[in-house]
Amino acid sequence: MSGLGARPISISRVARVIATKDLRIELRSRVVTNQVFPFAGLVMVMFAFALDNDAVLSRVAGGLVWLATLFSLIILVQRSFAVDSADGALEAQRVAGLDPAGIFIGKAIAVMAQLVVLEMLLLLAAVVLYRVELHISGVVLLVTCVICATAGLAFVGTLYGGLTAGARGRETLLPLLMLPVVAPVLIGATRATESAFTSGGAAVSDGWPWVGVLAVFAVVFAIGGILSFGSLIEE
Amino acid sequence: MTSASSTTTQTFTAKVATPTTRLVGAMAIVSMAWVVLGGLFVTPSDVNQGDAVRIMYVHVPTAWVAYLAFIVTAIASACWLLSRKHAMGFDRVAGASAEVGVIFMAMTLLSGGLWGRITWGTYWAWDPRLTTTAFLLVTYIGYLAVRGLGGSLEQRARRSAVIALLAVLEIPLVHFSVLMWRSLHQRASVLSGDGDIKMDGSMLTTLLVGVIGFTCTFAWLVMHRSRVLAMQDAVQSSQLDAALQDRASESAGLK
Amino acid sequence: MSLVVDFRDAVVVFNGFPALAGATFQVTRGEVVLLQGPNGAGKTTLLRACAGLLPVVRGSANVLGIDLCVDRQSVRARVGLLGHANGLFADLTIRENILFWAQVIGASTDEVTATMHRMGIDGRIADEKVSLLSAGQKRRCALACLVVRRAELWLLDEPHAGLDAKGRDEIDAIIREASSFGATVLIASHELERTKGLATRSVSVVAGQVQ
Repeated sequence: MSGLGARPISISRVARVIATKDLRIELRSRVVTNQVFPFAGLVMVMFAFALDNDAVLSRVAGGLVWLATLFSLIILVQRSFAVDSADGALEAQRVAGLDPAGIFIGKAIAVMAQLVVLEMLLLLAAVVLYRVELHISGVVLLVTCVICATAGLAFVGTLYGGLTAGARGRETLLPLLMLPVVAPVLIGATRATESAFTSGGAAVSDGWPWVGVLAVFAVVFAIGGILSFGSLIEE
Repeated sequence: MTSASSTTTQTFTAKVATPTTRLVGAMAIVSMAWVVLGGLFVTPSDVNQGDAVRIMYVHVPTAWVAYLAFIVTAIASACWLLSRKHAMGFDRVAGASAEVGVIFMAMTLLSGGLWGRITWGTYWAWDPRLTTTAFLLVTYIGYLAVRGLGGSLEQRARRSAVIALLAVLEIPLVHFSVLMWRSLHQRASVLSGDGDIKMDGSMLTTLLVGVIGFTCTFAWLVMHRSRVLAMQDAVQSSQLDAALQDRASESAGLK
Repeated sequence: MSLVVDFRDAVVVFNGFPALAGATFQVTRGEVVLLQGPNGAGKTTLLRACAGLLPVVRGSANVLGIDLCVDRQSVRARVGLLGHANGLFADLTIRENILFWAQVIGASTDEVTATMHRMGIDGRIADEKVSLLSAGQKRRCALACLVVRRAELWLLDEPHAGLDAKGRDEIDAIIREASSFGATVLIASHELERTKGLATRSVSVVAGQVQ
C-alpha cells in the first residue's frame, strides 16, 4: 500500500478490462458454448420442422439465421448482466466510479465476440440444413453484413440489458424493449444475407445498401449508449 | 406539518380545474359534436369508398394526435434532461402524453384496419407508415413499462427521458428500413392533393375540425393527467414529511 | 484535521422512505468510526450515501471535500463500499478478481501479489474459483479489492457477519492495517464487543439520526 487516492482511469482501459473479464468468465463457465449455442441450433431445426419444405427453407434461410440470432441475443445479454448482478459486481463497478461509457463499450465488445461465433455456426447450419449456396462473390457481403449487424445488436442489447439489469421482471421487459428497436437490423441483415445467398433470385449487389443501413444503426446506438448508459444504470 | 399538508390540499383543489382546462374541454366537446354531425350526416360519401370514407374523420385526427403525443413526450424529456433543476413537471407531461398517445395510437391502428378491410380488402398491409406506427405503439408501451419500474422520482424521470429520446432515434431507422423494404400505401390525400379521395368543402372542413377537436381532447387529457401525476408525486413527498416527523419523534422517544 | 465526512441535517430517501432523517455527522481523516444501532436505523443508508450511491434530498453532505448534492460521481473512485454483497465474480479466481481492479486503475502486478500475501489469500487458494471459497475467504478477497483500489474512505457494512472467530480476527487485522496506512474507516456493526477495540470512536444511529 504505497499510498491512497484515485488515479485517473481512461475509458478505453475500463472497456478493455471489462471485455476481457466478461469473455474470460464465459470461457470458464461454458454456459454460452454448452447452452446458448445448442439452443440456437435447436431453433434452426425447429424452423425446419415448422416450415417443412426444402424450397421455402432455402428461400427464407437468411431470415431464420437472424431470427435465431435475435433469440440468442436476449439470452446472451441477460447472461452478461446476470454474471455481474449475482454478487453485486455491477454495483461495485458503479460504486468504484468506473466510467459507464467504458462499462458499456466493454460489455458490448464481449457480447459482439460471442455473437460473431454464434452467427458463424448458424450460417454454417443454414448451409447444411437449409441447403443454401454461398458463392465467393457473396462472402465479402456476408462478412461485412455480419460485422455491422453484430455491432448494432450488441450495442442495443447492452444498452437495454443495463437498463433492466436490476429491475424486477427483467426477463420479460428486456425483449419488449429490445426487439422493436432491433427490427431494422433484422430487416437489413436478412435482406443482405439473402442477397449473399442469392436466394429468391436476388443479386449480390442488392445487399450493399442494406449493409449501409446496418452500419448507420450500429453507429447511432453506439453513440446513444455511450452517452446514456450511465443514466440507465444509475440508482 | 399540519399547516404544510393543508396548503398542499388547497393547491390541489385550486388546480383541479383552471379556466384554461375548462376552455380546452369546452372546445373539445363542441368540435367533437361538430365532427359527429358533419362526419355522419352532412358530408357526402365517397365515389369509390362509399361510407367507409367517414372513418377518415376519426382515423386521420387520431393518427395526428398519436404522433403529436410522442413528439411532446420527446420534447418534454429533452427539456427535463436539459433543465438545470430537473423540474419534475416536464417528466409528468412526458409520461401523461405517452399514456394518451398509446391509446390514440391503438385507435389509429384499429380504425385504419377497419378502413383497410373495407377498402383494400385486408386489415393489415406491410406498408412503411402502418409498420412504423405499430412499432411506435410497442416502443411506447415499453416506455410506459420503464416508467413503472419503480425507484425514486428522479430515477424514473432520468431513465424514461433517455428511453424516450432513444425512441426518437429508433423510429426513423425503423421507418426508413421498412420504406426500403416495400411501399404500397396510398399517398396522403390532403397533403399531396392528387389522392383518390375527391375532397369537397364540407369533407375538408369536417376533417380539420376533427383534427382540432382531437387535439383539444389530447391537450385536456394531458393537462388533467399531469395534474393527477403531480398529486401522486406530492402525496409521496408529503408522506416523506410525515415519515420524517415520525422518525424524529421515534428518535426523541428513544433518547 | 480535515473532515472526510461532513453531513449536516442530511435527508436520504430510499424507496420513498427517509432512511436518513436529518443526520448530522462528522468524521476526520484517519478515524475508525463504529456505527451502532438497531436494524432499520439507517446505518446502511448512511454508508451508501457516503459512497455517493443515494441522492441527498435535503440538508448538506460533503465527502472528501465533494458536495454530494452536486456531484455524486467523482467521490466514488475514492471510496470503497463493502456491503452485504461482496461484489466478486463467482466464476473467476481470487487472483483474477483482484487483478480486474488492479488493471482497471493501473496498479502493478507486484502490488497485487503483495496485497494478496498480506491478506493471506496467496498460494494455492489464489487460483481457486471464488464460488468455491468460504465466506471469510470471500470477504478477505473483497477487502483486498478495496486495498488495491487504494480507497481513502472505507465503508464497511457488517464486515464480520457470517464469519467464524478466526475470520473475524483476520478482518480486524486488515482494518487496523488500512487505518495505519491513513485510510478512514466507517464500520456499521452489531458486534460491539469486537469492534469497540477496533474503533477510535463510536456513534449510534437511531431512527435515521446520528447521536
